[in-house]
Amino acid sequence: MKIGAPKETAPGEARVALTPESAGRLQKLGYDCLIEAGAGSAASFTDQAYEEAGVTVVESASELWKQADVIVKVREPSEEEIERAPDGKTLIGFVWPAAHEALLGKMKAKGMTVLAMDMVPRISRAQKMDALSSMANIAGYRAVVEASNNFGRFFMGQMTAAGKVPPARVLVVGAGVAGLAAIGTSVSLGAITLAFDVRPEVAEQIESMGAEFVFLDFEEASKDGAETGGYAAPSSPEFREKQLEKFRELAPEVDIVITTALIPGRPAPELWTDDMVEAMKPGSVIIDLAAERGGNCSLTRADERLVTDNGVTIIGYTDFPSRMATQSSNLYATNIRHMVDDLTPDKDGKPVIDMEDDVIRGALVTHEGDITWPPPPPKVKAIAAATPKKKEPEESAEDKAAREMAEMKRSLNRTGLMLGIGSALILALGTVAPPSFMQHFIVFVLAVFVGFHVIWGVAHSLHTPLMAITNAISSIIIVGALLQIVSGSFLVMLLAALSVLMASVNIFGGFLVTRRMLAMFQRS
Amino acid sequence: MNEGLINEGLIGAAYVVAAVLFILALGGLSNQEKAKRAIWYGIVGMALAVGATIAATSTAAGIGQYVLIGLMVVAGGIGGWIVAKRVQMTQMPELVAGFHSLVGLAAVFIGVNAHLEMTRALAAKAAGTAGELAGFAATIAKKTPVEISILKVELFLGILIGAITFTGSIIAYGKLAGKLSSAAMTLPGRHALNLFALIACLVLGYLYLGGAGLWTMLLVAIIAGAIGCHLILAIGGADMPVVVSMLNSYSGWAAAAIGFTLGNDLLIVVGALVGSSGAILSYIMCKGMNRSFISVILGGWGGESQSAASVEGEMIEAQADAVAQAVSDADSVIIVPGYGMAVAQAQAAVSELTKKLRSQGKSVRFAIHPVAGRLPGHMNVLLAEAKVPYDIVLEMEEINDDFPSTDVVIIIGANDIVNPAAQDDPGSPIAGMPVLEVWKSRQVFVCKRGRGTGYSGIENPLFFKDNTRMFYGDAKASMDALLREL
Repeated sequence: MKIGAPKETAPGEARVALTPESAGRLQKLGYDCLIEAGAGSAASFTDQAYEEAGVTVVESASELWKQADVIVKVREPSEEEIERAPDGKTLIGFVWPAAHEALLGKMKAKGMTVLAMDMVPRISRAQKMDALSSMANIAGYRAVVEASNNFGRFFMGQMTAAGKVPPARVLVVGAGVAGLAAIGTSVSLGAITLAFDVRPEVAEQIESMGAEFVFLDFEEASKDGAETGGYAAPSSPEFREKQLEKFRELAPEVDIVITTALIPGRPAPELWTDDMVEAMKPGSVIIDLAAERGGNCSLTRADERLVTDNGVTIIGYTDFPSRMATQSSNLYATNIRHMVDDLTPDKDGKPVIDMEDDVIRGALVTHEGDITWPPPPPKVKAIAAATPKKKEPEESAEDKAAREMAEMKRSLNRTGLMLGIGSALILALGTVAPPSFMQHFIVFVLAVFVGFHVIWGVAHSLHTPLMAITNAISSIIIVGALLQIVSGSFLVMLLAALSVLMASVNIFGGFLVTRRMLAMFQRS
Repeated sequence: MNEGLINEGLIGAAYVVAAVLFILALGGLSNQEKAKRAIWYGIVGMALAVGATIAATSTAAGIGQYVLIGLMVVAGGIGGWIVAKRVQMTQMPELVAGFHSLVGLAAVFIGVNAHLEMTRALAAKAAGTAGELAGFAATIAKKTPVEISILKVELFLGILIGAITFTGSIIAYGKLAGKLSSAAMTLPGRHALNLFALIACLVLGYLYLGGAGLWTMLLVAIIAGAIGCHLILAIGGADMPVVVSMLNSYSGWAAAAIGFTLGNDLLIVVGALVGSSGAILSYIMCKGMNRSFISVILGGWGGESQSAASVEGEMIEAQADAVAQAVSDADSVIIVPGYGMAVAQAQAAVSELTKKLRSQGKSVRFAIHPVAGRLPGHMNVLLAEAKVPYDIVLEMEEINDDFPSTDVVIIIGANDIVNPAAQDDPGSPIAGMPVLEVWKSRQVFVCKRGRGTGYSGIENPLFFKDNTRMFYGDAKASMDALLREL
């Protein structure tokens, strides 16, 4: 079968759904690849490069739609495109079915099989085809670059001969994929980066990127992110108030605000109000990544850059990925390629729509003359194993004190018991044993105590040398043998002499081997 | 009585100094640098003790005895020297066990001697010729009947512990040196057997107290020897660290018991030091396996809950090139050595690997489980021998939290100490044993001879995990192959 990518018809769209690299991979899956002449030029992929990769360059869009069996696109097709399309084609691309119901109807009428890249469920297996994330990543990066472009200062603080430059302070609102990408970029440029998100569980991710999580002191039964497919859910009015209050507090301090807050299926929440913009310093920049859906900032106008009266630049571009067309085309084409890979289990160049496959079923919006959107909920829960972190119940001060008290009591009881038994035993011994024995016994008990204390301090790594040296030392038994060797009895002398012999082996062997071992321990 | 070369006060002082030196020697092992100095304390202490004792016997000793002592010390010294020079570091466990047996046997001999001397002294006392006695016999002659009884108890204990140490150590030596099968040998009714033997010893001891002759003590020595054999035969390979340290402890207690018999405080002090040292080592080892001391000593893993969940999945094999690829991509590597590394003598290759990786700026560290190997601290010594710097060799507690941030873990000849079942599966026989949490790292390579289970015979779910790859082969050959690929 043939896969073809037409030139994008949306104005200003520079991306392309097929790159020379992805074409090479698709050919390995058994497909022939087609590209409309000039489709990749805006993303710096020349027709020649495509030809070298074995892609047939087709002169016009209509020719391509006719020849290709599978059409890959970036943006949703225009109604005009659908009207001109021959029947029964397969289309893969962003569709946004919720926003384009009329379009769905038209595609259904044409008997098209449409896979919406924006509907790929968020499960781990499907990450490789999660085009929304790839695009959001680029948008996040570009947002920082755009902000820097419009900001009159360094991001990184510097000490120069000409004076001190303070670092820029960047606030990122919403730590989704775009937000995290923005945080990463901003941190690596050297700015002091703050980040906020309504999902407290992302605090860890934010901190791992090197930003500071803006902590909101608010008690609310937090929803598990997994329930909403890893997206944020609308928050309560009280929470919102608290949040805005915090932003108001931050507004005069931050130089750059990047807002990325989106809630699936709703207009973007308004988080950066007029008064906050007013409170900001002149020269500050606001990048509103939610501009397409109304914007997080009240003053944002989609696709426009405007400067307020107090000198704050507000950027509401909606085409950040397209502004980095080479990068985004590369990633998008790879996402498409992975999707096709999953569609072609036999690698024979024939796509198979497997309705049992969560990913394919999720992305499928029209098929065999039916609208199959919205899909049934996926069988696999979104986001790996939704295990809400069980919070260890924080023990109150009293509980802790009580527990420690009990523990101490227990240990005291135990020690007391041991001491009691020990003392009783020793006393019992004392009643029968003569003083000469008790003298030795005291020495013995004290030596055991000293031994315990000393040995606990020995490093674990030196346990083998410890054994070897105790081995040598335990040959102190030689002293006993020496005392006996002077006996008049021949048998005693013989046994004692043998003991001396054995103990000597031990003394010399033990000490020597210990020395040998210790000498080996070298510091790096 | 004519004065000796030095008087008793001076000897006592020498003993005190020697005891302090021994304590310093043991205390000095708290870190590697101090330890190198500490060993000299031990040597000086020993020389002082032996010298003072010889001086003390000068009243009675003739030239013949000095020659005899000199001969024995020189012969023994040469023997010990040769053994210590020749021994391979991998043979440390059997060397230590062998040395213990000598102490045990010496304790038995000295105990028997003490009895002979005692009989002689008592006879002389009865005949009124006690004044002619010398050395140990002279001290005995001054004892009261109660003291004699206590002496007999001490003697009995010295012989009992000494004999158990002697035969136990020989069996341990045989097992560690591979001359005996290291599998646990379990006779039917072995606990009853041990108990019976112990009771027999106690009965004999009681008879001895009542005035029975030397034969009781010889029988005790034989029976105790049998107990020692049987006890250690029933303990399998990986429990050996506990056994060796237990025998270490016993050799100390035997010395202490002999010290009581001879009324010699230095022996008592040193015996107690060594005894407690071995006891602590045993305790640490037992904790490392989450088993009670009793259950280790009574042997084998059998009889416990064996409902270990069966493991699903498959082991995925990796070749040297794949391992090399992963290692060269990694920034941080942790190597977990086990007994398999010692068996294959792979420590030099491992050290080479470490050097290579460190020269490429990677962080390479070693994680040592308390019971890795066959002797407490066995792995540390092997790595030190191979010139792995000791500051990158870390204990389990120090490194366990670092696994999640580690790129590659290489496990060399270790199994049970990295078994996640100890944490996840309450039915597993090793449930609750502290283990190295290697599976939390990004990628684990297990270098292993074959597909078999470890010492405990427990299936290891680690081998079936997604991020685990099996790198089959002899540890040394595998490391060499890996080095060539890097």
